[in-house]
Amino acid sequence: MELIWDGIREAFRLIFTGNAEVYEIAFLSLAVSGAATGIALIIGLSIASFLAFRAPPGRTLALSLLNSGMALPPVVVGLVVAVMLWRTGPLGQLHLLYTPAAIVIAQAVIATPVVTALSVVALQTLHPKLRLQVLALGASRWQAAWLLFREARLPLIAAAMAGFGAAISEVGASMMVGGNIKGSTRTLTTSTVLEVSRGNLEAAMALAFILLVLVYAVMLTLTIVQQRRRAS
Amino acid sequence: MTQPKMGVRGILVERAGHRILFVEELDVSPGEVLAVVGPNGAGKSTLIHVLALLERPSEGEVLFDGRPVRGDLLPYRRRMAVVFQEPLLLDATVESNVGSGLSLRGVPRAERAHRVRRWLERFGIAALARRSAHTLSGGEAQRVSLARALVLEPEVLLLDEPFAALDEPTRQALIDDLDRALAETGTTVVFVSHDRAEALRLGDRVAVIIGGRIRQVGPPSQVFAAPADEEVAAFLGVETIVPGRISAVEEGLAVVEVSSCRVEAASALEGPSAGEVLVCLRPEDVVLSPAEDRPAATSARNRLPSVVRRVVRSGAQVRVELDAGFPLVALITKQSLEELSLEAGSRVVASFKATAVHLIPRHARPQSPSG
Repeated sequence: MELIWDGIREAFRLIFTGNAEVYEIAFLSLAVSGAATGIALIIGLSIASFLAFRAPPGRTLALSLLNSGMALPPVVVGLVVAVMLWRTGPLGQLHLLYTPAAIVIAQAVIATPVVTALSVVALQTLHPKLRLQVLALGASRWQAAWLLFREARLPLIAAAMAGFGAAISEVGASMMVGGNIKGSTRTLTTSTVLEVSRGNLEAAMALAFILLVLVYAVMLTLTIVQQRRRAS
Repeated sequence: MTQPKMGVRGILVERAGHRILFVEELDVSPGEVLAVVGPNGAGKSTLIHVLALLERPSEGEVLFDGRPVRGDLLPYRRRMAVVFQEPLLLDATVESNVGSGLSLRGVPRAERAHRVRRWLERFGIAALARRSAHTLSGGEAQRVSLARALVLEPEVLLLDEPFAALDEPTRQALIDDLDRALAETGTTVVFVSHDRAEALRLGDRVAVIIGGRIRQVGPPSQVFAAPADEEVAAFLGVETIVPGRISAVEEGLAVVEVSSCRVEAASALEGPSAGEVLVCLRPEDVVLSPAEDRPAATSARNRLPSVVRRVVRSGAQVRVELDAGFPLVALITKQSLEELSLEAGSRVVASFKATAVHLIPRHARPQSPSG
């Protein structure tokens, strides 16, 4: 118990003394996972719209693959992304390995199946003829997409939350493709792992606490947006 | 004929190898209400989807103002409006639902509010303006859906069974409101329904669609009085359809041998005046009287002694199935049923006028659709 209290006390100390390194780490975690979720949303909503509205042949197969993708082990994703970005790998000349961009890519790969699979279900809850009605009202393709996403906003925001959750909570992939480099690619999860391995449990507890507070703040914001009075 | 507002040429829609819809030619004139009726699964909704440019046919083209629709479909879609059987409202207030098509077109807020208000009032739903659309009853929601379409002042309004899911009183009230609105705006309308009474009520012209093909087009009175073929007749409520043979034509009346009976028909037959025909008779045109009644009691030319086979009550009316030498169906009131004290086995006289009989040449091909 004492360890937990010491950790929380240390967390408050780090936050309120304006420890630059902790702020930097927290900000990087937020930025990287936010960007990954954004990418996952763009890709996920496009694929989900196609699968939900066009009902192409093989949709069930695609969905089953996406659903399996929700259980994609971050370590495996990290390994594959690292190999791709390796100096001699197919994308080696981009020189992205051990940069925040590499972590964004890895986390986007982890979050995309989550966002996509849940978005397909979200869009399938809409009335099948609603898309036709929206087009018949004179919506362009983009306007139609916007209106339909807005209609399904409750489950779609839930999909975004699940995607962000998968991204910010993973550690294996970030470690592998980011390298946990101080001042560059150190995130809340990777630095927590580092502090634990150093036997520095108090600092690890503090970082873990900050991570939880950060996650709660993001989820609270999304939940407020989601549950806003539905008819204004 | 003035240039049609909208039309289709050689439309073919196939799904999974099946022909869903095949329409050689169909036009709707400016300001006209064209009612397309047909049984479920006849291809009515598909026709609306094609006209609304929501479904691309495998073959053929859609005409708008006499020109084939090509290229970007959005400008065409924005000159039309569609109301489906389900209200399909957005999760927002009634007001913003009715204004949604206008916002999509970038109509300024003030003008939008003004137009929305006007149409909410026309459909008697102004009091619901700030209500969430998802709290409305079925009838209210469909009013919102109609207002949302009409507020766009569309050049063409497409209605896909908009009243099918409503209860009877709501349906009648809504049909009244729509009828009034259409009369005021002079909008060109294609209205699809499986209900022939609705088609009669709203349509300037009626097209009967069965099995994906337009079988007959014409003014409602003509289509209902003279169905082009057996299936059209059956769909339009002709219950007695029996084969016969014209044996003579006297003073404009055809004498038709049906089984062992003679039926006189005033129906104008085109082509050869003799030969195999189908004798069509609506149940409401058949009058029943007691078997001992004198012939003078009616002016009907056809009086057939019959035996009652079955009596089926449905609401205020009673359907009587008779054997008049051939199967014959009569629709009478409950009162008549009591007066005649009919039951299976009763003997009656079934009378009907020669003008009530419609003759269809046997093996009639489905009439080619005409604009």
